[in-house]
Amino acid sequence: MEKFTTHTGRAVPLRRSNVDTDQIIPAHWLKKVTRSGFEDGLFEAWRKDDAFVLNQPQYAGASVLVTGPEFGTGSSREHAVWALQNYGFQAVISSRFADIFRGNSLKNGLLTVILPQETVERLWALVEADPSAEITVDLEAREVRAEGVNAPFELDENVRWRLLNGLDDISITLRQEDEIAAYEATRPSFKPRTTPVG
Amino acid sequence: MGRTLAEKVWDDHVVRRAEGEPDLLFIDLHLLHEVTSPQAFDGLRLAGRPVRRTDLTIATEDHNTPTLDIDKPIADPVSRVQLETLRANCAEFGVRLHSLGDVEQGVVHVVGPQLGLTQPGTTVVCGDSHTSTHGAFGALAFGIGTSQVEHVLATQTLPLAPFKTMAITVEGELPDGVTAKDLILAVIARIGTGGGQGYVLEYRGSAIRGLSMEARMTVCNMSIEAGARAGMIAPDETTFAYLEGRDHAPSGDDWDAAVAYWKTLATDGDAVFDAEVFIDASELSPFVTWGTNPGQGAPLSSDVPDPAAFEDPQERIAAENALRYMGLTAGTPLREVRVDAVFVGSCTNGRIEDLRAAAAIVEGRKVADGVRMLVVPGSVRVALQAIEEGLDQVFTAAGAEWRHAGCSMCLGMNPDQLAPGERCASTSNRNFEGRQGKGGRTHLVSPQVAAATAVLGRLASPADLSDDHASSQHSTVEV
Ligand code: SF4
Repeated sequence: MEKFTTHTGRAVPLRRSNVDTDQIIPAHWLKKVTRSGFEDGLFEAWRKDDAFVLNQPQYAGASVLVTGPEFGTGSSREHAVWALQNYGFQAVISSRFADIFRGNSLKNGLLTVILPQETVERLWALVEADPSAEITVDLEAREVRAEGVNAPFELDENVRWRLLNGLDDISITLRQEDEIAAYEATRPSFKPRTTPVG
Repeated sequence: MGRTLAEKVWDDHVVRRAEGEPDLLFIDLHLLHEVTSPQAFDGLRLAGRPVRRTDLTIATEDHNTPTLDIDKPIADPVSRVQLETLRANCAEFGVRLHSLGDVEQGVVHVVGPQLGLTQPGTTVVCGDSHTSTHGAFGALAFGIGTSQVEHVLATQTLPLAPFKTMAITVEGELPDGVTAKDLILAVIARIGTGGGQGYVLEYRGSAIRGLSMEARMTVCNMSIEAGARAGMIAPDETTFAYLEGRDHAPSGDDWDAAVAYWKTLATDGDAVFDAEVFIDASELSPFVTWGTNPGQGAPLSSDVPDPAAFEDPQERIAAENALRYMGLTAGTPLREVRVDAVFVGSCTNGRIEDLRAAAAIVEGRKVADGVRMLVVPGSVRVALQAIEEGLDQVFTAAGAEWRHAGCSMCLGMNPDQLAPGERCASTSNRNFEGRQGKGGRTHLVSPQVAAATAVLGRLASPADLSDDHASSQHSTVEV
C-alpha cells in the first residue's frame, strides 16, 4: 500500500446522500478478477447523464470527492474503493460513511475523512463557486484545509500510523504467529470444520 | 457487570489484545464465493502465502451462476472466467468448493447454515455484507472486504475495531400474515439505513424467540441494511433443534459439550446495551419499500409518501430522487402500484419455509397476465426439498418460472435481470437503483406479499385475495 501523508487537489461536489456501492460500481463490473480497470464503471449509471457532476469539464482531474451522508452503504464490494482510486480519487469527505466501505477504503490507502455536515456544505459551496479551488487533506496534522475552512478530523491512531507508513495488515499480523498458534491450541473440539479436499 | 451475547463471543475469540491496537480476533469459519475472492487469492500468490486453515474455509458459487441450462457452458464469458478463477484458486490452495452442479451448491448464506457449519458462539466472515445472516444462530458474523478476505486466508484472524451494542426488543405476537421480513423492514424504516452504524444489533423479546431459524435468518440478514456491523439472536432450543444431526454439527460428547457452552452465551440479565429500541409486534403489518434504499419503506396499507413531509433536507432530497427513479407519485396507495415481475429467492427469503409460504398462496391460482414470476431456491438442497414437496409443480402450474439455485435476480449478475423501467416485487434485500438490472425498480416484500402481488399484478397481501377457488384445491398437493 502507498503511504498517505498529505494530499492537495481539486474536488468534486457530489450532493447526494445514501450513495450505495451499487451506484459506485454496478454489479456487472464485479466480474473482473483484477484490482484495476474499474474507472469507467465508477458511478456508471449516473454518468450516462451529461448533467452529472463528474461529467462537467470543470471537475475533470479532481482528486477529492466531497459527498453527502451515508456514503458507501450496501454491499461489501471492495471494488467500490478500487473504482474511486482507479478514477483518480485520493480522498473522500463525508459526514458519515458505511462501516464496511470505510474499513475497505482505509485498507487501500483511500483516505475517508469524516467532517460535520456544515463543513461538507461549506466545501460544496466553495468548489461549486470556484471549481479550481483546492482542498488539502493533511493526515499528519489530521486536518482538512481549503479557503475559509480549517477543519480537524478524527482517525483511529493505529489506522493513521498504518496509512502514514503504508504498512500492510497481513505482515503485521503474521509477526504475531505464535499468539495465533497458541489460541488455536485451546479451541474446543466441537468447533465446526469443513470437509477436507480429496 | 454482565456481558451481552456479542461481547461474550468477541471475548472468546481474542487472540491478542494490546494497548492502542485493535483486538486481533480468531475466525472460526470463512465462507468464500467467486466475486470477492479472486483478488485475495492473487495477493496470497504474490506474497507466496498458503491458506492457513483450509479446514475452516469453504467456497460456493452463487452470484454469477445461471439458473437455467446449468449443464451447458456459461454463456457470459466474463462470468465464466470468474467461476473458473474460483475453481482454479480452490484447487491450488486446497479449499473445499461446492461448484455449480454439486448438491451442496447455493447462496453462500443458505449453504453455511444448512450444512451445520454455522454454529452458536462462532465468528463467521465472508466477503459479502449479508454474512450477518449467520447471526441468527448466535454467531458473530459480518461481511468483510477483499483485503480482509486475504487477511483471513493468510492468518485466520482479523484485527477489528470495537463495536457498540444495540438491543432491538420486539415483544408481543406478530399479527396473522405478518412475517419476519415485515418486521425487519419496519425496524430499518424506524432506525434508518445508518441507524445501526458501528453497532452489533441483538434482536430479542418474545416475538423473536417465537421465530423459526429460517425467519431469524431473514431478520439477521438485513441487519446490514440498517448499517449495522452484525445482527445476532441468542441461541435457544429452536437453534439446537435445527442444528442437531446436520452434517457438520457436533455429535456424541462433542454435542453435549457444545450445547452446554452455547447455553452460556445469552446476554446476562445485568448487561447494559449502548442503545435500545423497542417494537410492539402487534402493531406491525405487511411492509413494502417505495424508494431506493431499504429504509424507505411503509406499511402496504399506506400511500406513497410525499417528500415534502420529510423534515430532514437530505431525506427529502433522497425521497424526491427515489420517487423520480421509481416512477411513483406521492399519495398513490401502495396497493395500486402495478408490477411487471416478482422475484422469490435470495439469502433473505430463499429458504424452504419461504418457498412453502409463497407456494401456499399461488396454489390453485394464476400469476396475473403480463407478470413474470421467478422462483429461485437459495440452494440445491432447498430446491430438492421443494421438489419433494411438490412446490415446483405448484409454482409452474400457476405460471411462475421455477429456476436453479443461486443469487439470480437479487443482484442481476447473471442473465436474470429486469429491463429498464420494469417494476418488481422482490423478496431480496436491496432496492438500490439498478440493483436488479439497469433502470429496474424494486419493491422489497415478504414471500407472502410477493406471491399475492404476482396473482393480482399489483402490490398486495394474501388478505387481498378473495377466497375464490384456491382454498378448495388446497389439498391437491401434499406438503
Ligand atoms: S442472494 Fe443477493 S444478497 Fe444474498 S449473497 Fe446473493 S447477491 Fe448477495
